[in-house]
Amino acid sequence: MKRLIVFGNLVKDSLDTITRGPIKYHVWMGVLTFIMLVGIYCYSIQFEEGLGATGMTDRVSWGLYISNFTFLVGVAAAAVVLVLPTYLFKDIDFKRAVLIGEGLAVAALLMCLMFIVADMGGPDVLWHVMPGIGVFNFPDSMLTWDIIALNGYLIINISIPFYILFRHYQDKIANPKVYIPGAMISMLWAVGIHLVTAFLYQGLQARPFWNNALLGPRFLASAFAAGPALIILILGIIRAYTPFSLEDTTFKKISLVVTGAAIINLIMLLSELFKEFYLLTHHSESAYYLFFGIGDKKALLPWIWSAISMNVLGTILLTYRKTRNNFKTLFFACSILFIAIWIEKGFGLIIPGFIPGPYGKIAEYTPTGIEIGVTLGIWAMGAFIFTILARVTINIEIGRLRYKKKE
Amino acid sequence: MSNTKKWFSLNLGNKKKEQSSSCGCGSTTGGCNSNNASAAIGEEKHKDGFDQVFDVKMDRRTAFKQLTASLMIGAGAVSTSCSVTSGDESKEKAQIDWEEQFKGNYKLMTDDEKKATVERLSRSYQLRTGKTVDISSRNAEEDVLFGYAFNISKCQGSMDCVNACVEENNQDRNSQMQYIRIHEMMDGQGFKFNEADDNYYHEVPAEGHFYMGTQCFHCDNPPCTKVCPVQATWQEEDGLVVIDYDWCIGCRYCMAACPYDGRRFNWTEPEIKEEKINKNQHYLGNRPRKKGVMEKCTFCVQRSREGQNPACVDACPTGARTFGNLLDPDSTIRWVLENKKVFRLKEELGTEPKFWYYMD
Repeated sequence: MKRLIVFGNLVKDSLDTITRGPIKYHVWMGVLTFIMLVGIYCYSIQFEEGLGATGMTDRVSWGLYISNFTFLVGVAAAAVVLVLPTYLFKDIDFKRAVLIGEGLAVAALLMCLMFIVADMGGPDVLWHVMPGIGVFNFPDSMLTWDIIALNGYLIINISIPFYILFRHYQDKIANPKVYIPGAMISMLWAVGIHLVTAFLYQGLQARPFWNNALLGPRFLASAFAAGPALIILILGIIRAYTPFSLEDTTFKKISLVVTGAAIINLIMLLSELFKEFYLLTHHSESAYYLFFGIGDKKALLPWIWSAISMNVLGTILLTYRKTRNNFKTLFFACSILFIAIWIEKGFGLIIPGFIPGPYGKIAEYTPTGIEIGVTLGIWAMGAFIFTILARVTINIEIGRLRYKKKE
Repeated sequence: MSNTKKWFSLNLGNKKKEQSSSCGCGSTTGGCNSNNASAAIGEEKHKDGFDQVFDVKMDRRTAFKQLTASLMIGAGAVSTSCSVTSGDESKEKAQIDWEEQFKGNYKLMTDDEKKATVERLSRSYQLRTGKTVDISSRNAEEDVLFGYAFNISKCQGSMDCVNACVEENNQDRNSQMQYIRIHEMMDGQGFKFNEADDNYYHEVPAEGHFYMGTQCFHCDNPPCTKVCPVQATWQEEDGLVVIDYDWCIGCRYCMAACPYDGRRFNWTEPEIKEEKINKNQHYLGNRPRKKGVMEKCTFCVQRSREGQNPACVDACPTGARTFGNLLDPDSTIRWVLENKKVFRLKEELGTEPKFWYYMD
């Protein structure tokens, strides 16, 4: 009972915190709300007209939604990079960053689920997939594995930070015996969500571009580069605009992780390119389309080449200690790396899987305005949720938000 | 010869024995989820959808009534059905819509439940249009495994099969959805699918070209059914790979998994003029679909289970298409398989299509 009262107070205090703030905060939230409303409007059109409102066709049947979903699973998995050293090796430097990282995971996972729902032809019959009342084709369908993996990871990443913040809110110390096992599961689970998501594509013999044993490991490498890169950027913003203090060493340690993962990612890219292009086969056609275009069909060319150049440049900047330790270049490198991997692991991966089609037909895909609107709306929703989570977390952590007993 | 089975293989001789020893869906290793106890067809006690949760003691109608209060979806239908002002017909329609929205997966239905849903669908059609349709829920016959053969030498690319298919199977006319694709290829170049034209509008046969048709191959080890998260698509005992349009959630994973371009998606609300609708329907076959669900060739289940040929076979002016029961040693399809040099597409993928090509 007492706990419920404390919880009620936490909710009330949190609402207070997230509705009050400096003018910049209000403008930021206002802009996000506006984009979300536009997204909802676009989705209502799609709901009414069917998925025909998007650029997807029978030839390219997955597009922007699934691309963003795939990429965001990686961002969600990256929280583990912070969880691992903090809880297991008791690295104090990471301690303050880890709650932010887990908040990011929650926001990314919610975005993933939104993208999946947006991609469904029958959102009204989604209960068919619920174990118990529907038919859950486990373990045959990798999609059911993914549903378990994503929802499980979501629950873990809500409960651990919630426990810690709830204790801190009452001025108590969080008991490591409670959250360390959770952190352990979270760690394994993070690798799991990404591998399972890769298996979604990797297992299909129909699509040679995906049916590739390196896909899963490369997902992991790119996730551990893009995710922490985003965390560095967010921590940079938090340090600049809030009283939440973060040590330089935190940034430096995370940037080392990003660097390692980015280098491994590049090596794997090289290996993939070699395999596809050393001796051209019919199975290389998708890669050929992606990197060079086939005939006059070259929609992805500007995207993939800018992704590769940003990827290489970002990795070089991170590899040199001088540029890595300079915050300006570090932030720059992280942003271009993030964008590069968003292109590469998003539509650079999903769309060429369908081109050429099973019988060699090359039909290109261009997202429609509606599709882009929904996508932006979901990203705005993710940013909105993350801002709320981060704001409450920061206020509890700096001691501004505390439970006051009634005298 | 070693007996070790390296991969899935279609075995006509043992098919019957395999069927009786494994679960009801007819596949021994492939699409059927044999370790899922709830997957077998024809088990009398079988429960589906909400009935799987709400005990047997409660019949379907009671369960729905209890759910009414708590479920948001379908609230409109409820309000209509409870309204005193609306007529009996609209009440009945709302009741049908409601029961249809929350029915279970056809694959797991008992024969009675199958009949009930088919009746509701025909009644609903009658209420909406005043016309009657005949929807069948006929199950697969025993000792039947459907197969198809295509004679490349004979096909002239007339596309009569394509048109017959569209008319028979009530496909969306707006998007010009077609299950069959006829690929026009250059003589002397071999099977160059990537250079073939599958969307031509000129007189046939065009000089220096030959034709090859593709459609769903009803694989015996279908990847599409395995990947479906809700078992909305499966292989029937007679080998047909079918979809429960009402159970499909529209994730299009099966489409990504199909190596033969055999599946189609309803990107918008399908439109067919009422007078053009083929009224002779099967639940798993040509009954009209809605937007956001998958569909595909079913070898015209509404015809083949009645002992007829699929529409494409009957429509072909050159006799390039052969259809029949693979388990019947006297069938034409068996004669073709035994006497012609047959081959299948992408055999290395292990999908075991039941669709063979041959030349004279």
